Amino acid sequence: MEAMTSAEVTRAEYCVIACAEAWRGNGEVLASPMGLIPSIGARLARLTFSPDLLLTDGEATLVRPDGTAEGWLPYRQHLALVTGGRRHVMMGASQIDRYGNQNISCIGDWERPKRQLLGVRGAPVNTLNNPTSYWIPRHSRRAFVEKVDMVCGVGYDHVGAAARYHRIPRVVSDLGVFDFDTPDHSMRPVSLHPGVTPDHVREATAFELTVPDDVPQSRPPTAEELRLIREVIDPGNTRAREVAV
Amino acid sequence: MSDKTTTADEVVSRLRDGMTLGIGGWGSRRKPMALVRALLRSDITDLTVVSYGGPDVGMLAAAGRIRKLVTPFVTLDSIPLEPHYRAARERGALELMEIDEAMFMWGLHAAANRLPFLPVRAGIGSDVMRVNPGLRTVTSPYDDGETFVAMPALRLDAALVHVNRADRLGNGQYLGPDPYFDDLFCEAADTAYVSCERIVDTAELTKEAPPQSLLIKRHTVTGVVEAPNGAHFTSCAPDYGRDEAFQKAYASTAWAEFAARFLDGDEQAYQSAVREGTWKP
Repeated sequence: MEAMTSAEVTRAEYCVIACAEAWRGNGEVLASPMGLIPSIGARLARLTFSPDLLLTDGEATLVRPDGTAEGWLPYRQHLALVTGGRRHVMMGASQIDRYGNQNISCIGDWERPKRQLLGVRGAPVNTLNNPTSYWIPRHSRRAFVEKVDMVCGVGYDHVGAAARYHRIPRVVSDLGVFDFDTPDHSMRPVSLHPGVTPDHVREATAFELTVPDDVPQSRPPTAEELRLIREVIDPGNTRAREVAV
Repeated sequence: MSDKTTTADEVVSRLRDGMTLGIGGWGSRRKPMALVRALLRSDITDLTVVSYGGPDVGMLAAAGRIRKLVTPFVTLDSIPLEPHYRAARERGALELMEIDEAMFMWGLHAAANRLPFLPVRAGIGSDVMRVNPGLRTVTSPYDDGETFVAMPALRLDAALVHVNRADRLGNGQYLGPDPYFDDLFCEAADTAYVSCERIVDTAELTKEAPPQSLLIKRHTVTGVVEAPNGAHFTSCAPDYGRDEAFQKAYASTAWAEFAARFLDGDEQAYQSAVREGTWKP
């Protein structure tokens, strides 16, 4: 509980802010966070700078931050909502490459995988229809790979003529924030969390990532945001389970 | 009006080797586990299983009953990776048609609507196309000219689903927050078997809940089975939640040992073993 009373902002709290920022200015869309820190981030965005966001309870009910039900969204409607585009999902990724191809299906040869993971889930439909961001709690060469073993979420180099509604607004990891706003849509760092050096990020990334020495620091939470994270949204400090630093 | 009540073992006696079987629910939620357990007690094998996969897939795969699986994922929800399915995949034990969640849904819709396919904006650009070379695309005949995946109908020989209540005629009612796709599974199938927590008189159904909770219509249903706690250990809200402790035991026990302890006897023996709690660590 020490971190709760400490004035010092933890890495996990920087990650919450970096995730929350993904939904800034999104308007009246469904925020679909997957993972603990994205969920805290989505609720923080909803409580502060993106009050029009819709959130679910993780099941079939749309809820206000206080838990009050405001709508019904069973899986069949959720999948239909995806194709309508009024949603911004933040998915996990067991692997991601420089163009934002994402893998959550399996490691190794798909025919007979070394390690079977979840399966493609909704990554193909998500990436072709609504903005899809990613959250990777442990930035490593195993996660940031040269080439993913199975393209589940479609990256910029694979999307081709299906790019009409394709967009990967950001990738958040425990080291920093990344996007694809480059001429060839390859990944670039937007900001690094405090204490993270450009060398650190380059070493933890298996593909060549250009990290300028003057890359900005991720923004800290405001005092009010910190209060909301620590006292209202995540008093149990579950965020430290995902990012321990 | 015909009384369609039957037993899980009678349902299984109507299934055959090599059938395409749809299984309702989602992940580790409202799975027709009593019917799956009955299937495991039989010798039926060589199945094509169509499922938003949970322990139904894990158990049937572990028991070697699945020739081919059609799925977007297999998960236990609170335990993300289904260990018995994982093991089956990693030893190359089954053929897989891995498709996206929405493609799967539209495949059921196509089957229910007697269409050969439906166009979907999903799959293109992903390796779903690489690992399913049989998938075809279709180009819009209108001015936009966009190319879509022509998701083939997922037609089923039989569907197995579990709901909260049903009447003897096959009208099925869900009382939880999500219908999942159980009605679609029944509509996409030549025969459909509905297990339920409790069979009630038709008039009772709408005393408990509004008419829109009547998810499954009797003209799509072949047989009704009363199976209390029949979704165990998956959730069946609001009747009961997922049995997390039991699911954990299932996930951490070698398949042969789990099967010997819980599946060698009949459903009554299974439910007694669950109640006695001797499996608890």
